[in-house]
Amino acid sequence: MLSAILVMAAIGLALGVILGWAEVRFKVADNPLVDKIDKILPQTQCGQCGFPGCRPYAEAIARHEADINLCPPGGEHGIRQLADLLGVEFKPLGEGRAPKPKSVAIIDENLCIGCTLCIQACPVDAIVGSSKQMHTIVADVCTGCELCLAPCPVDCIHMEVIHENVGSWKWRYPVFPIHSEPAGTA
Amino acid sequence: MTQPIYSFPGGLHPADHKAESNGRPIAAAPLVPRYQVPLRQHAGQPAKAIVHAGDTVLRGQLIAIPDGRISAAVHAPTSGRVVAVGPHPVAHPSGLADLSVVIEADGRDEAVAMMPLAWRDMDPAELREHLADMGLVGLGGAVFPSHVKLAPGPLAIDTLILNGAECEPWITCDDRLMRERAAEVMRGAEIMRHLLGARELLVGIEDNKPEAVAAMQAACAGGNARVVVVPTRYPSGGAKQLVQLLTGLEVPTGKLSTDIGIQVFNVATAYALQRAVELGEPLISRIVTVTGHVARPGNYEVRLGTPIAELIALAGGELPGASGQLIGGPLMGFDLDTPQAPVTKGVNCIIITSADLFPPRPRAMPCTRCGLCAQACPVRLQPYEMYLYARAKDLDKARAYNLADCIECGCCSYVCPSHIPLVDYYRFAKSELAAREREQHAAELARERHDFHSERLEREKREKAERLGRKASERLEAGAVAADDPEAARKKALLEAAVERARKAKEAAAPPANTDHLSPAQQAEIEAIEARRAQAGLGGGSAPAPDEQPDTVAEKT
Ligand code: SF4
Ligand code: SF4
Ligand code: SF4
Ligand code: SF4
Repeated sequence: MLSAILVMAAIGLALGVILGWAEVRFKVADNPLVDKIDKILPQTQCGQCGFPGCRPYAEAIARHEADINLCPPGGEHGIRQLADLLGVEFKPLGEGRAPKPKSVAIIDENLCIGCTLCIQACPVDAIVGSSKQMHTIVADVCTGCELCLAPCPVDCIHMEVIHENVGSWKWRYPVFPIHSEPAGTA
Repeated sequence: MTQPIYSFPGGLHPADHKAESNGRPIAAAPLVPRYQVPLRQHAGQPAKAIVHAGDTVLRGQLIAIPDGRISAAVHAPTSGRVVAVGPHPVAHPSGLADLSVVIEADGRDEAVAMMPLAWRDMDPAELREHLADMGLVGLGGAVFPSHVKLAPGPLAIDTLILNGAECEPWITCDDRLMRERAAEVMRGAEIMRHLLGARELLVGIEDNKPEAVAAMQAACAGGNARVVVVPTRYPSGGAKQLVQLLTGLEVPTGKLSTDIGIQVFNVATAYALQRAVELGEPLISRIVTVTGHVARPGNYEVRLGTPIAELIALAGGELPGASGQLIGGPLMGFDLDTPQAPVTKGVNCIIITSADLFPPRPRAMPCTRCGLCAQACPVRLQPYEMYLYARAKDLDKARAYNLADCIECGCCSYVCPSHIPLVDYYRFAKSELAAREREQHAAELARERHDFHSERLEREKREKAERLGRKASERLEAGAVAADDPEAARKKALLEAAVERARKAKEAAAPPANTDHLSPAQQAEIEAIEARRAQAGLGGGSAPAPDEQPDTVAEKT
């Protein structure tokens, strides 16, 4: 009887030690929920959500410190995905947070004085150029976050809306005229 | 002739309206004064223009090069002068303008030197290289660049299928092509077989085209290609449906026919390939059916870039009561925005519509879940479910019902008793999903770049700190650092000791102070003593100055 208890106690102790060791050894460094939320956010890094970038916002959501409807670039689709992921109700975009049309920053290359301030501001390194040289923006990489507008001392950066072209055109949601005549006469 | 015919699910038997346009031989369209050649006539990236306004070009001259792997070259349809490179109307459901090269024809129609190839003696890889810049694309409507489809994939191609089914109503361009130019089509198919290394070559033709079947069979005689006559049922000309009809194999969802060792090309593509190889002529023209509510319906061989309005005029013009133009067939086509748009590689048919031929679709009623759409679907989807979710904009759910496998054939819309334009919803949902994918991709890129950016800032901060640290220590080294260096301190002490010793030695070497007033006898005695000492090798005193000693010694010896 006593030996049985001792054996069980020994096994319990051994397993406890293994579990404790595993906990330390295989520690999950990052919160996987933050990664999942971050994956949904559009990565524009614009800070319109009130956080200094998408990941900080993701972290705040994961800590239940921020609502899911604060990101304008993510739009309704983004909120829906967040609601699905977190198992909460969908809610429309927060007050005064209308999504802007997708745009891209353009530098007026005649005015640029090469101060590099915009390079430092751009969160995705979309601006190329070096000190005292004209800068340009790589349109393919620019997320349209507008963070480079404010630092420019000569106001030579402006945003241009990206217009639809044959390549990016989407089929419209089918809408049909409402017929005034009663059904059956057509 | 023992090829068994298999079947595919669903399908339709719409009125085929082929007789309107298939009675007349293909007519060559005359030159027009002005051509608009769009740079995006194919699936994938638009081509990059290499000509500018003011340049003169010749027929067949390369005017735009492929941009990226999935892209195709564009060539001048005739000789003349480039007057503009800019946005112009194109035949696209969006009605948007697209970048085009506008050429004013000089009427001489001079061609560049074209190089025919002896393809039978050429290595497939070498031949493929020649083809990459010929601008060939699938002419059945998908306009996928052909050189990509002719390149070897991960799996060897066993069977090459030539698609001559032409199942959509009204369209007859492939029918006429096979009747009139069967030999050329088959030679093109043999070149394809050579390039792909395919064992079997099958030609699928619907049984409503007996003349085309006869011509193709005659062209195949003696060779080891087979014509397979398939029953007329829309959409037998869908690539996956034709594969199923001819081989009994179903292409799995999300896969391509090449994943089961089968490649499919349209007969018109084979014909274009034959011209590219045997005549060295790039793709600058195609056969287009003009039919419907026009005076002289028929098939025309048209230079790419010809405005559609010119082509309609060639067919005798629209009849009174015409209501518009359809590009492609009535099931898969789209409404043309303006007839100023040009004929491009993907335009196989222009149908002039009228209220009689195409009565307006009755107003849509709610879905009754009758299931007719599912019965008609050749891909065995559940159209009413996909419709429900697409209508609610729940795209993920629509996707879960295999929306991606929908070939947009329109069978479901055609049979729906509630007249719901189902395909319109699928097209909407599909392009929305594609846009989302693009956005997702952009977000991924932005995340990577942002991570890199943050890392760079971190690194720069670290490097700056290190640099500052190094500068500070350099300043210190010049002074105080020596004090706490034990080695330097030891050396310094040794040096000081040595200096001190030298000073003491000098003092010692100086003559004693009480020798000033000696008598000559005393002086002589001292000198004698000194001499003896020197002789004994003792030198002067305890430590005579080193520089004095040799002289003394030399004097005394
Ligand atoms: S508003 Fe959206 S895109 Fe902008 S930083 Fe916040 S999460 Fe990122
Ligand atoms: S270039 Fe300007 S708008 Fe574009 S991503 Fe950089 S900071 Fe944002
Ligand atoms: S055919 Fe039309 S009404 Fe019938 S189930 Fe399909 S969508 Fe609904
Ligand atoms: S359009 Fe799509 S869903 Fe409708 S019948 Fe064709 S494949 Fe099926």
